Amino acid sequence: MSAALAEAPPETRVHYLNADYGIKSWLLTTDHKRIALLYLASITLMFFVGGFMAVLMRIHLIEPAGALVHPDTFNKLFTMHGVSMIFFFLIPSIPAVLGNFLVPLMVGAKDLAFPRINLLSWYVFIVGAALTLTAIVSGGVDTGWTFYTPYSTTYANSQVMLTALGVFVSGFSSILTGLNFIVTIHKMRAPGLTWFRMPLFLWAIYATSIIQVLGTPVVAIAIFLVGLERLFHVGIFDPAVGGDPILFQHLFWFYSHPAVYIMILPGMGVISEIITCFSRKKVFGYHFVAFSSMAIAVISFLVWGHHMFVTGMSVYAALIFSVLSFLVAIPSAIKVFNWTATLYQGSISYQAPMLYALGFIGLFTMGGLTGLFLASLATDVHLNGTYFIVAHFHYIMVGGAVMAYLGGIHFWWPKITGRMYPDTWARLAAAIVFIGFNLTFFPQFMLGYLGMPRRYATYPAEFQVLNVMSSAGASILGLGYLIPLIYLVWSIRYGPIAPANPWRAKGLEWETSSPPPTQNFDVPPVVREGAYAYGPPGSELEGAHD
Amino acid sequence: MTEASAAHTAEHPPYLAHHFTDIEQQNESGTLGMWLFLLTEIMFFGGLFATYAVYRLKYFEGFHEGSHHLSVQFGALNTAVLIGSSLTMALAVRSAQLGRRKAIILFLILTMVLGVLFIGIKLNFEWSADYHEGLIPWMGFHVEGANAAAVRLFFCFYFFMTGLHALHMVIGLGIMCVLLRMAAKGRFDSGYFAPVEITGLYWHFVDIIWIFLFPLLYLMGGRY
Repeated sequence: MSAALAEAPPETRVHYLNADYGIKSWLLTTDHKRIALLYLASITLMFFVGGFMAVLMRIHLIEPAGALVHPDTFNKLFTMHGVSMIFFFLIPSIPAVLGNFLVPLMVGAKDLAFPRINLLSWYVFIVGAALTLTAIVSGGVDTGWTFYTPYSTTYANSQVMLTALGVFVSGFSSILTGLNFIVTIHKMRAPGLTWFRMPLFLWAIYATSIIQVLGTPVVAIAIFLVGLERLFHVGIFDPAVGGDPILFQHLFWFYSHPAVYIMILPGMGVISEIITCFSRKKVFGYHFVAFSSMAIAVISFLVWGHHMFVTGMSVYAALIFSVLSFLVAIPSAIKVFNWTATLYQGSISYQAPMLYALGFIGLFTMGGLTGLFLASLATDVHLNGTYFIVAHFHYIMVGGAVMAYLGGIHFWWPKITGRMYPDTWARLAAAIVFIGFNLTFFPQFMLGYLGMPRRYATYPAEFQVLNVMSSAGASILGLGYLIPLIYLVWSIRYGPIAPANPWRAKGLEWETSSPPPTQNFDVPPVVREGAYAYGPPGSELEGAHD
Repeated sequence: MTEASAAHTAEHPPYLAHHFTDIEQQNESGTLGMWLFLLTEIMFFGGLFATYAVYRLKYFEGFHEGSHHLSVQFGALNTAVLIGSSLTMALAVRSAQLGRRKAIILFLILTMVLGVLFIGIKLNFEWSADYHEGLIPWMGFHVEGANAAAVRLFFCFYFFMTGLHALHMVIGLGIMCVLLRMAAKGRFDSGYFAPVEITGLYWHFVDIIWIFLFPLLYLMGGRY
């Protein structure tokens, strides 16, 4: 049935994009697919706001004495870069855009369990983003994205309250999205879609949602206390009146370490989908990949102390946090090895999404392995607070999460918009991003190892060569992000019409037309096979039951 | 469009949202959603409880002294009032399950009266007295003695925690106004009562938070 619909010209077919017109039909929509696009537009804006800050910083750091801005401004730049990128781009990126679009399609439902709460979560996000943007244009904030006390509560003379309020508010958007996904995955799966027939993207989103629901309230209360402390100076985090500033760090990292997995876990789900599709193989060790997502979610709540090895903590606590942090490597390695094993003897094709996915595996592995250096106590003392940390988490966040996000956007773009993008440009952009990324951040590993501290506006002249390399890489990386922006927007109007399933991929979302109708499926789907029932191309096995 | 909506209502009862296949799915989703929300609330208050615990261990004597400034009588009275309101809420849910419209309205009003009574006692007999005694840390706080700083910290937590709890009660009362309107319009019957049930869950949760706050703030002073 869906094949016949897909062949009809899109102008004559009613789908979610042309079912209704006008600004009201978008701002008051409860359709999860339209809300996903609202999120896509908003977080793209925040991505380029955060990216702009990064550009200014990299230009500044070309000269050892600083080429562009006053040191105070530099403090504001790295703070606002972190706040925009983490709270307003990475955390909502894959869950709120791809998750919103795909979760109901992948479970075979008409919508998420709570469509109006879904819209509410976007509005809450917009309020948070607006508060933060207001803070940025009205002077900025210079505490670092971590809002460490007592600087944030007592000494900072910047827009701490406004920014903190923005982050606080946006947290509720994240909670509501996670809650919606958990209920949808539990209660709205199509007949025949058992837990172990679910695509791994859903497992990843499920694990992510658990972290969002459990972790976000804690950072909300921590930021709430910072706000109260700043308003009333009651002394909760102020050592002068008996408070404990380290306590804030515990509360903050109790969320913000799991938040790292809010950013990377959905990316891992995307990679599982792309790798299987473009190697035409069932994923290696489905159960292990699924459970490793859950394992990461659980362990993520037990390792926050590794951010605080040098800020005053008992040796025994540090030892335990160190051991627990090493444990994260196990489920992460399971994923990397299983993706690699999936590639083995696969019929691999190198379309743009696959290039991003392969890039992800390499960069995530590097980011993960350098994380082990930081989890061991002795090396952490040397590397803590240097550019090594900056390079490490950018390999996870940008090399991992952003690559996966771009891969996912390219993979599902035909489904979302009903249009194909120019493949050559897309492959070129993927290559540029990969090269630019490595040139930007690999020198930072060396800088950090040599002892250049992070968050400094100036540095000794001997570090200039590596810094210039990094800045040069950043300009290539920036170009790599601008090219997709241009051709993806171009494709919405001028791209060739996409078929229902351009990649011959498995999964319920590919069984409906592109773009899907408002109700998602013309006939409620029934699932009769496990995920990733791929066979060799052209053979009769392709599409056979597993 | 009107044709479509007419066909829409013909297919299933008006209270079933179109994206659910049946009423069980809708009810189970709503209930699971509320439980998850309560989980986030536990983590939210949990952060405060943990912070409270840290400082109570650190400033044992100051927190005891602070606790002595609170009125156990009014705290106990309020505990009784709130548990009473949980009972009437449970009765409202039961009436909804049985489809008794007037009983739902009666018990919802009773719950709201008790809820308002709780907030009234809190405002009128506790917080205002605290103000006059100079116990509000950011409004003319004056407690003398060696533990003054710790007492101040104790009252921070006292006001944050009871204030946040009261805010949750106000939100609950707001939701009950909506329920009252729905009940008056006869929207609930024995086949559809999920909103009352879910609000009940929320209200019991607010009650339980107080059950933890009362001993933590009022009774831990070592007086009993």
